[in-house]
Amino acid sequence: MTYALSSPSQRVSSRPGQTAAVLVIALFLGVFLIVPAGTVIYAAFTEKGTGTFTFVNFFDFFGTDLFVRSFWNSVYVSGMSVIWATVLALPLAVLTTRFEFRGAIVIQTLGFVPLIMPPFVGAVAMQLLFGRNGTVNLLLNDWCGFKLPFMDGPNGVIFVQSLHYFPFILINLSTSLRNIDRAMEEAAQNLGASGFRLFRRIVFPLAMPGYLAGASLVFVKVFDDLATPLLLNVKDMLAPQAYLRVTSVGLTDPMGYVISVILIAVSIFAMWVSAITMRGKDYSTVQRGGGGLSRRQLGTGESVVAYGVVMLILLLVLSPHIGLLLLSLATVWSFSPLPDAFTVAHYGRVFGESSLYIKNTLIYASLAGLIDVVVGGAIAYLVLRTRIVGRRWLDWAATSALAIPGVVLGIGYLRTFYGVTLPDGTPLATLWVMVVLALAIRRLPYALRACYAALQQISESLEEAAENLGATKLRTVRRIVLPLMMGGLLAGFVTSFSTAAVELSATLMLIQSNSDAPIAYGLYVFMQSPAGRGPGAALGVIAVVMVALCTLLSHYLIERRQKANGMAK
Amino acid sequence: MDATVTETGLAGSAKEINIRDVDLFYGDLHVLKNVNLDIRPGEFFAFLGPSGCGKTTLLRLIAGFNTARNGQVMIAGKDVLGTPPWKRDIGMVFQSYALWPHLTVRKNVAFGLEERRLPRAEIDRNVYAALDLVGLRHLADRRPAQLSGGQQQRVAVARTIAIEPKVLLLDEPLSNLDAKMRVQVRRELRDLQQRLHLTTIFVTHDQEEANTICDRIAVFNDGQIQQVGTPMDLYEKPTNLFVANFLGTANILNGKVGGSGAAKTFEVEGGGVVPIPEGVGVPANGKLVFRPQYATLGKAADGAAHLPGAIVHREFLGATVRYGVKIGSSEVLVDQPFHSGASLLETGTAADVGLQPASALWLAA
Repeated sequence: MTYALSSPSQRVSSRPGQTAAVLVIALFLGVFLIVPAGTVIYAAFTEKGTGTFTFVNFFDFFGTDLFVRSFWNSVYVSGMSVIWATVLALPLAVLTTRFEFRGAIVIQTLGFVPLIMPPFVGAVAMQLLFGRNGTVNLLLNDWCGFKLPFMDGPNGVIFVQSLHYFPFILINLSTSLRNIDRAMEEAAQNLGASGFRLFRRIVFPLAMPGYLAGASLVFVKVFDDLATPLLLNVKDMLAPQAYLRVTSVGLTDPMGYVISVILIAVSIFAMWVSAITMRGKDYSTVQRGGGGLSRRQLGTGESVVAYGVVMLILLLVLSPHIGLLLLSLATVWSFSPLPDAFTVAHYGRVFGESSLYIKNTLIYASLAGLIDVVVGGAIAYLVLRTRIVGRRWLDWAATSALAIPGVVLGIGYLRTFYGVTLPDGTPLATLWVMVVLALAIRRLPYALRACYAALQQISESLEEAAENLGATKLRTVRRIVLPLMMGGLLAGFVTSFSTAAVELSATLMLIQSNSDAPIAYGLYVFMQSPAGRGPGAALGVIAVVMVALCTLLSHYLIERRQKANGMAK
Repeated sequence: MDATVTETGLAGSAKEINIRDVDLFYGDLHVLKNVNLDIRPGEFFAFLGPSGCGKTTLLRLIAGFNTARNGQVMIAGKDVLGTPPWKRDIGMVFQSYALWPHLTVRKNVAFGLEERRLPRAEIDRNVYAALDLVGLRHLADRRPAQLSGGQQQRVAVARTIAIEPKVLLLDEPLSNLDAKMRVQVRRELRDLQQRLHLTTIFVTHDQEEANTICDRIAVFNDGQIQQVGTPMDLYEKPTNLFVANFLGTANILNGKVGGSGAAKTFEVEGGGVVPIPEGVGVPANGKLVFRPQYATLGKAADGAAHLPGAIVHREFLGATVRYGVKIGSSEVLVDQPFHSGASLLETGTAADVGLQPASALWLAA
């Protein structure tokens, strides 16, 4: 008995530090995620003013025609966006992973580009290219005598969102496809399967986990997005309704909270569906002795078709960027396929004002990224390397941020922290620090995954060797774990940084003054008025270039570091 | 035995495989160099060689996963090189088994039959026949992840024989099993092959596996077939140093041919002369080769050649004692039977290695 008791005590020396870490992280997650989200849910289930528990708000919601219509619109738009995103992503994923295809790297890289621009920015450009009187429809009308309603109502939202979010499917699906053991496919060929049947029966089912992960992410993202429908003037969707209720009716109106709860419920539902469909289907990656799928040569005819399809998709995918660039350089662009004349005046106008936006964005996004890798790294370490009580709870809590839409988190912050005031009377909720924290919470789940991956790659024996040679837990972390994890941490930072830099939904709720605004907010303000679209586009181009440069730079740094450590693949 | 096979309906007539003048390149790398090979109907045939020798490449060429620059692969007299893998009817068991994790055992085994658009009843019959052959009918509704390594291997075999392939290819099928399972599974494979009377090619780098279950072996090295023969042939009469070394343990000594007329001798570097028996040719740069158990230490029998050396190490192997003997700058191994109470030679003592010229070989690289 004494023997059995003695082994845990060996680890006691490391406990106080770990306990402190758990407490600090728990406090952080509690105050900035659990409490605001809980407040929103609480408000949805209580009677206005009295605070008694009630379902009456939900009856109101489902009794209101506008809300029910908004709900179904959101479901429809999200579902269609998944379908169209699949249509865009599937050919690119299959062609680049299964065929000898020149430019596969270019495609995979360009596939990322949409993600570094807020979708609502693209929406404006898309109106000019594909709208009722946009380039494409003007040309169609001239040549064929009809117009296509690409951008009318929900169509516009679906179009813009699927172009923006298809990379989630592309990335996940490509990874899955690449990780299929070549022998899996060869075994099927050996038994008589080929062509489309082989793809349908073996390859696609094996890639299904990746596809579902991407598709559920797209669904949730579109469902939660606020700015794109607002900017396209599609107001009868759930997220815009929540925003409008809170900003126009006020913080005390229960409908905003009810919508928030429904947004959370739908997010959880979508993730739950994808989780149960994937249960037991963790088709662990490439097995021993196998490579990824073999790549087939394309025939001449096939090549023509394939390149044609890829070009068309890339042109579509990049059209928001192309449109934005044209718009930023246009004097007047209305009722004509192309701008009337070009100018750089918008850039001149924007440079003065935008330096503030750029500075704010860099500060907010890098602080958020920093918080994410510190908290994410700590949680990953606690979960994977210690047995301390509550480590799983931290993981679940941090991951649950996935289910909290930005607009809901924003509403929660307003509700929770508006009453808390600083000595000089300013509400806590209006401080720019709140924006940073909201961004950090929103991006934490992704950074956490990156940290897990980084830590899992490090063999525990490396740490045991350090301890064996006399290093304490803390020193082992500092001298062995951190240096080896650095690449993964940087990757996590980059993901958090570049997505936080273009995030708007939580920000839109929290920013009170223009001087605290990041680029995404500034863009939204500019894009509201027709006169602001030129300068807005110029600012958008600057934002895209800035995020792209930062991302490239950090990729370069990560790779150099990995190579220096001999850890390159 | 035959009765059960007819019942299962999985036995076909054995096909022969002829490989003619095959050259295969990976880019500029010449992987298979003018390979010619005839495999007889119903034979259990092994491709044996070190990794990177081209044995798996040839197997994959037969299955259709590689393309040859020139040459032919004939199955039952028909060249199959122009046929895509899915039309070849060649069963292959993959090293990793390649069981599809999203399908049950039953679905895995049924796959090839469904691709052939067989009626449902026939598919079910064949699936159960194949599962019965490997003794796994009771696991039909499991997923591959719920099976042990040995069971997965048997499912992979069942999936392949269910389509009644013309020939069966086994790509290192035992390499993912532990030592004990390996012995058991290789017997099962041999049994199965005999019952189905199916021409089978077995790729391995393990000479023991090849020796124990195969009728004939082709030894591969550097993209070429070094020798083809029964395990006994290859062991007793290797045609070059590589084969002698790869199958069993071989002692190799440098030296040069001396003597004159009919009485030629081989003068070993480091001392000792071995008479070359009449009618035995020594290739240019030929070396003296003999197995450890064909040499003696100490008092040699009549007619044996004496190679003076010194004992440098000793290993007790149970039935035998293996001595390392330094002769000149080379070291040879000599196995002596161990009897209880026998006195062993100490390291450091001088000892003559006795060798009957009839058990010696002269081989070149």
